[in-house]
Amino acid sequence: MKIAVCIKRVPDMDVRFKIGANGTSVDEAGLKFDISDFDGYAVEAALQIKEKANAGEVVVISLGADNVQETLRKAMSMGADRAVQLKHDAPVFDSFAIATALAAELSTGGYDLVMFGRMSIDTANQATGTMVAELLGLPIITAISKLDFDGGTVKARRELEGSYELVECPLPAIVTIDEGIARPRYPSLKGIMAAKKKPLETKPAQVGEQRYTLDKMELPAERAAGRIVGEGKDAVPELVRLLKEEAKVL
Amino acid sequence: MSNIFAFAETRGGELRRAALEAVTAARQTADQIGGEVRVLIAGAPGIAVHAAKLAAHGADIVLVVEHDAFTHYNPEALASTLAAGLANNYRAAFFSASAQGKDLAPRVAAKLKVGLASDVTEFAFSGDAVVAKHPGYTGKIVQTLTLKATPAIISLRPGAVLPKESPKAGTVQNIPSAGDPAASRVVVTDTVVGGGAKLDLGEAPVIISGGRGLKEAANFTLVEDLAAAFGNAAVGATRAVTDEGWRPHSDQIGQTGRLVSPDLYVACGISGAIQHLAGMRTSKTIVAINKDKEAPIFKIADYGIVGDVLEILPVLTEAVKAAKQGA
Repeated sequence: MKIAVCIKRVPDMDVRFKIGANGTSVDEAGLKFDISDFDGYAVEAALQIKEKANAGEVVVISLGADNVQETLRKAMSMGADRAVQLKHDAPVFDSFAIATALAAELSTGGYDLVMFGRMSIDTANQATGTMVAELLGLPIITAISKLDFDGGTVKARRELEGSYELVECPLPAIVTIDEGIARPRYPSLKGIMAAKKKPLETKPAQVGEQRYTLDKMELPAERAAGRIVGEGKDAVPELVRLLKEEAKVL
Repeated sequence: MSNIFAFAETRGGELRRAALEAVTAARQTADQIGGEVRVLIAGAPGIAVHAAKLAAHGADIVLVVEHDAFTHYNPEALASTLAAGLANNYRAAFFSASAQGKDLAPRVAAKLKVGLASDVTEFAFSGDAVVAKHPGYTGKIVQTLTLKATPAIISLRPGAVLPKESPKAGTVQNIPSAGDPAASRVVVTDTVVGGGAKLDLGEAPVIISGGRGLKEAANFTLVEDLAAAFGNAAVGATRAVTDEGWRPHSDQIGQTGRLVSPDLYVACGISGAIQHLAGMRTSKTIVAINKDKEAPIFKIADYGIVGDVLEILPVLTEAVKAAKQGA
C-alpha cells in the first residue's frame, strides 16, 4: 500500500507561551518543536501497516518554511521512506488554504491511503484532512482509534463522547487518527543515521486563498484565584453550601 | 433577508444537547441581525418527533430528512444535503464542535468553499463579518478570527452556548436527501453506546472526573456514585487513568481527549497536569479534591478540599444526595 502522512511542525505545549510582537503569532524564542501529537500517531500507524504487509511505501508531507525539514527527517528516522516539503515561508492559518496545497500534491501521488492526525495541537481546528478529502473527492473517516483492512475496504472505529461508531469505506481513502491507535516509536540511532540519506524533495506550496484572517492571539484570562475550603471530610458541608448558595450549581 | 441555519445533531434517534445549543445560537443571532432560523434534522422515519423541541428553542422552520439510511450518522449524504440547502441565502450555519459536528462542519465548508470557524467559544456578527474566538495551543492561547464569506460556518464548543427556550412556530418541512443516502461510500455500520443510559461527556452539565489519586479501577465506583447523586452528571478521567485501562479511552478529558465546559467540574484525585487542564479549564465552576495542597489543580479550582479522595467522596456523595432531596 502506498501511504502518505501529512504532518505539522508545532511547538512543545508544556511551556508558558508569549505572544509575538505582531500580536498574531507565538514568540518562538526558546521553544522546542516536534511533530504534532496526533500526526505522530498517524506516522506510527502508517509504519505498522507497511511492516505488517512487508510491502509498500510511507511518504511524509509537510507544508511550511525550511524548518519543517527537521520534522520530516524525524518522521523518516522513525521509518518513513521519503519526504516532501511544500515550501511556504509565511504562516497559513486557514485550513482550506492549507488543504488546497496538500490536495494539489496528493492528487498526483497515486496514494492508496492518506493519513492525518485528527487535528494539529496548536491551531486545533480539526478540519484540514476533511477538506483535502472533499477537494480530492475521496471518502474520509475522521478521528479513528482503530484501523483494519478487509481487501479494499477500510474498517475503522471512531471515538464519540462516551461511545463509538464502527465505520467502513472503500480505498483509496483518507483517515485522520485519534489517540489510542499506536504510540509513536522513538527513532533508533540506526534510523536517525538512515534518515539523513533518505530523499527529501522541496517544492513550492500552492496555497489557496485564505477564507479568514487571524486578527489576534492572546493569552486567556487567568481564572480568579480559587480557595481551599478546608481539609478532609469535615470540609464537605461548607463545600456543598458554596456550591448551592454561591456557585448555584446544586 | 438572509436566514440563519442550525444543524440538529442526533444519535441513536435521540436529540443531542448539542442540537439545542446550535439552535439557541442561531436564534440569538437571528434576534440580533434578523432572518429566520431554519434547523435541519435527519434520521430514520419518525425523527420528526423532535421538531417540537427544536421549535421550543427557537426554530422558525424545521427541515426534516427521513430515510432508513440516516439511522446511523451518514456524513456524506448529510454534507451533500446541507451544502445544497446552504447555497440558498444563509448568513451563517451553526454546528456543535462535538465528535459528529467536527466531522460534518469541515465537509460542508469545503463543499461551499467558505470559511470555517472551528470549536468557537465566543462569536459576534458585525456588518458582513463574523468575529470568532477559538482556543488553541491546548487552551493556552485564544485566537480571534474574522470570517467574511457567506455563509459563515461556525462549530461551537459544547457548553459555549447554553440551550435556552424561545418558542417559535417550528413549521415542519419534509425535504429529500441530496442524492441517494443509501449510496454513501462512508458507512457507519454500528453505533455502540458505552456505559448504559448515563449521560455522556458531551451532554452533561456536571462532570465528575477521576485521576490516579483513586489508586485503582475499582475505586471509580466512588466517582460513579457521586455522579449518580447529582443525577445530571457524566464520569470523566485523566489520560493516566485511560492509559492504565481503568476507564475507556472515550472518557479521557484533556489535550488529546475530550474538551469540555460543563457548569460544574469535580476533579477527584487529579493533580492537574497541563495535558488535563487543557481539556477542562473553561468549565464554569471547578472543584478539586486532592491530598497534595501544592497540586496545580488548586490554582484553577474555584473550591478545593485538601485530603484523601477515597475518604471524602462517600461523604460528599451523601451530602449531595441530601442537598438534592432538600431542593
